[in-house]
Amino acid sequence: MSARDNTAVTAKNPIEIIDAIVRKHSVNRGATIPILQEIQKTFGYIAPEAITRISDLTGIPESDIYSIATFYAQFRLQPVGKYTISVCHGTACHLAGAEKISDAFEHATGAKTGGTSEDGLFTLEKVACLGCCSLAPVVNFINETHARVTPDKAQALVKAARAAAAKEKSPKGESQHGKQDV
Amino acid sequence: MGNKTYKVRVGLSTCGIAAGASKTYDEIVPLLAAYGITPEKTGCMGMCYCEPLVEVIDSEGKSYVYGNVTADKAATIVEEHIKGGRPVTDLLVFSTDAETEHTPFLTKQHRVLLKYLGKINPESIDSYLEVGGYEALTKALGSMTPEEVIAEIGAAGLRGRGGAGFPTNLKWKYTREAAGEQKYVVCNADEGDPGAFMDRSLLESNPHSVLEGMIIAGYAIGATEGYVYCRAEYPLAIRNLRTAIAAATERGFLGENILGSGFDFSVQIREGAGAFVCGEETALLMSIEGKRGMPRFRPPYPAQKGLFGRPTCINNVETLANVPYIIREGAASYSRLGTESSKGTKVFALAGKVKRGGLVEIPMGLTINEIVFDIGGGISTGKKFKAVQTGGPSGGCIPASMGDTPVDYESLKAIGAIMGSGGMLIMDEDTCMVDVARYFLTFTCDESCGKCTFCRTGTKKMLEILNRITEGKGTESDLDLLEDLAEQVIAGSLCGLGQTAPNPVLTTLKYFRDEYLAHVRDKRCPAKICKALIRYIIHPEACVACGVCRRNCPVGAITGAKQTPHVINQDLCIRCGLCYNSCKFNAIEVISGAPEPQEAK
Repeated sequence: MSARDNTAVTAKNPIEIIDAIVRKHSVNRGATIPILQEIQKTFGYIAPEAITRISDLTGIPESDIYSIATFYAQFRLQPVGKYTISVCHGTACHLAGAEKISDAFEHATGAKTGGTSEDGLFTLEKVACLGCCSLAPVVNFINETHARVTPDKAQALVKAARAAAAKEKSPKGESQHGKQDV
Repeated sequence: MGNKTYKVRVGLSTCGIAAGASKTYDEIVPLLAAYGITPEKTGCMGMCYCEPLVEVIDSEGKSYVYGNVTADKAATIVEEHIKGGRPVTDLLVFSTDAETEHTPFLTKQHRVLLKYLGKINPESIDSYLEVGGYEALTKALGSMTPEEVIAEIGAAGLRGRGGAGFPTNLKWKYTREAAGEQKYVVCNADEGDPGAFMDRSLLESNPHSVLEGMIIAGYAIGATEGYVYCRAEYPLAIRNLRTAIAAATERGFLGENILGSGFDFSVQIREGAGAFVCGEETALLMSIEGKRGMPRFRPPYPAQKGLFGRPTCINNVETLANVPYIIREGAASYSRLGTESSKGTKVFALAGKVKRGGLVEIPMGLTINEIVFDIGGGISTGKKFKAVQTGGPSGGCIPASMGDTPVDYESLKAIGAIMGSGGMLIMDEDTCMVDVARYFLTFTCDESCGKCTFCRTGTKKMLEILNRITEGKGTESDLDLLEDLAEQVIAGSLCGLGQTAPNPVLTTLKYFRDEYLAHVRDKRCPAKICKALIRYIIHPEACVACGVCRRNCPVGAITGAKQTPHVINQDLCIRCGLCYNSCKFNAIEVISGAPEPQEAK
C-alpha cells in the first residue's frame, strides 16, 4: 500500500483531523468501523495514509484495517468525483429497468459504473437497495433521491449538473451571453 | 374557512421525499399559515404508490388523504378544502367519509404495527405518548416479572420477523437463562434484502415503538445494554432513532433506574457499512465488534455466547415493534390474529408491477391473490400476473397459479419459497424468470463473504451458467448442472446466505422450466428482456422518418433520411431501448427468437 503514490489528502492538516476522529471514537477495536466511516465522510474516501495513521494510534495492524475497509462495500479507497450518482439496483428497480438507467448514466457522464468520469465530475455507482421500491427505478443523484427515473431524465440530470459545475467554475460576471438566469 | 378547523399532515419519509414531499411541505406551510394552521410532519402512511401524501383532518375527526400532491397541487387543497370547506375529490385517495378506488388498499389490511405510521410525528415523543406509547414498558416494569413478560410473548405466539420465524419467547428465555452478568439486546436493522423496506419505514415513522420493544426485551432477558445495527443507507431512520433515544433518555424511559424500577438500560446505534451478510446474526455481531462481518459456526448460539462473548438476544426491528402491543393489549388480543402456527400480522413491502405498491400489514393467512388483487389493485401494466417473489435473494418465485397459497411460515416453505423479512415483488408477463434468477444470484455472489467454498465459488459457477443461458449459449444439460450445484451450495454453506442463495434458481427452474428451455433450445427470451436474445426493429410502414430515434441513439446505429424509413444496424445496436422509448409512432418492436417476416431482407 505504501507504494501507492497518493497526493489526494488535500484538507488542511489531515493528520490532525484523523487524530481528532480517532480520539472521539476511542481506540478500541470495536470503533474501527465508525472511525473509517467518519474519515470517509470527511475526506470522501479512505487514503492509505489514513489507514497508517489509524494503525499508529490504535495499535490495530494496517492489514486488519485494510481488510475491513475492503470487506465493506461502503468504503472507498479512491477519491470520488464532485458528484456521486448511485443507481439503485434493488429487485423492484431491476424489474423497472435499472440496467438501462445505469447505461444511460454511463453514456451521459462517460464514467463506468464503479468509476469516475475523466473530468472528475461524476462518480457512478450501483447500490443494492435504497428502499423506495414503490417508486422504482430510483437514483440518488447528488444526495437527492429521484423517483421513477427514465433514461431521458438521467441524461437531463447529468446535463443540468454539468451546467451548474461550469457556472461555478467561471468567475462571476463573466457570463457574456446572459444565459444564466434560468 | 366556515366553522370548521383543520389539522394537516404531510408524510415525510424517504419515499415521500423521493416523490417530492419536501417541496410540497415547503409550499404548503405559508399557504396554511394564512389560516393559522401549522402542518405536522409525519412519517410513512404506507401508500408509497401515490406519494407525496397530505392528510386533512377536520374538527369532526373526518380524515381526507390526498395523493400525488406535488407542490403545485398544494394550493388547490388549501384553497378548496381549507378555505372553501369542500374536499378535493379528484386528489382524494382515502377518506373516512367516502369510498375511493383506493379504499381496499387500507380496509383489507389489519394494521397493528403500522397503525400510527403516518399519524404520529416520529420526531416527537409526546406524539408517541398520546397514542399509548411507553404504557407497555410502564406495565412490564411496574407489574410483571421478566418471566411473566417472556410468558406473555410466548402466549402471543410471536415468531421472528427477520425471516426464519424462530419463537421469540424461546430466544429471550435462552438468553435470560444463560450464565453471565453482562447481557445484550441487539436490534437487527440491517435490512439488506433488495426490495424490502418495512424496517426502514418503522424506524423512520415510529422509532419509539422499536425502542420500547428493545427496552422490554432488555428487562425480560436481564440486559442493560442494547445496540441497534442499522444500514448506513437509511440516514433518515438513523436520525429519527437518534432523536428518539435522546428524548426517551430525557423522559426516563432509558438510562438508569427506568421509571423508578431499578432497571438500567441504554441503547447505542451502530451503522452498517454495506455488507448484506451482516444481516446474519453472527456476522452482525462480528461487525459490531469492529471486524469483518463473517458468520461463524453455531452453536454456541448468540444466546449463550454473542456480542463480546456475552449472552446476546438478537431480534429484528419488526419483531421488537410487536412487543409493546402484545404487552399493552395482552397476548390474546394478538394471537387471535393469524393462523394456527403463524400468529399476528406481517408487514410486507409490496412492490414491482403492482398498481398500489407500498407498506402492507396483513393478518397471517391471507392469500397471495388477496394481497396482489384486493390490496395491490392488480397488475400496473395491464398485463397478466405471472409470479410473486418473496424473501428476496433467499426466497423463491411463486407462480400466479399458486396465488391461493396462504401467506404464513409453513405454507410458503412448503412450496419452496420463504416468508422472508417481507419483500414481496410482483412480476408480470414482461418479467424474464431466468433474468430474475440471474439477478438474485449476481447479488448473493457479490455479497458472499467468501468463507465457505461452496458459497464463494459455487454461486459464482451458478452465475456463470445463468449468464451463459441468458446470452443464448446455454445447453439443456446446464439446467441439470444448475440443480446439482444448487444442492451442493445449500449443503456446503455455513450460514443462511449460502444455504438459501440457490432458492430463486431452484424455484424458477421448478415453476418456469419452459422459459429456461426457450432460452437454451430456441435461443429465445419469451419476456424479451435478455439483451443477447432480443433485437429492436423498425417497421418501415409505421416509421414516419421523424428522426427522433436516430438522434437518441447513443451509438449511431440508426440510419435514415427525410421521408425514408429508418433502419437499425443490428451489429452496432447495444439494445439500450432508448429508440423504443422515444418513438411516438409505435414503429419500433422488440423481438426475440426466429426472424420476423419484416426482417426478411
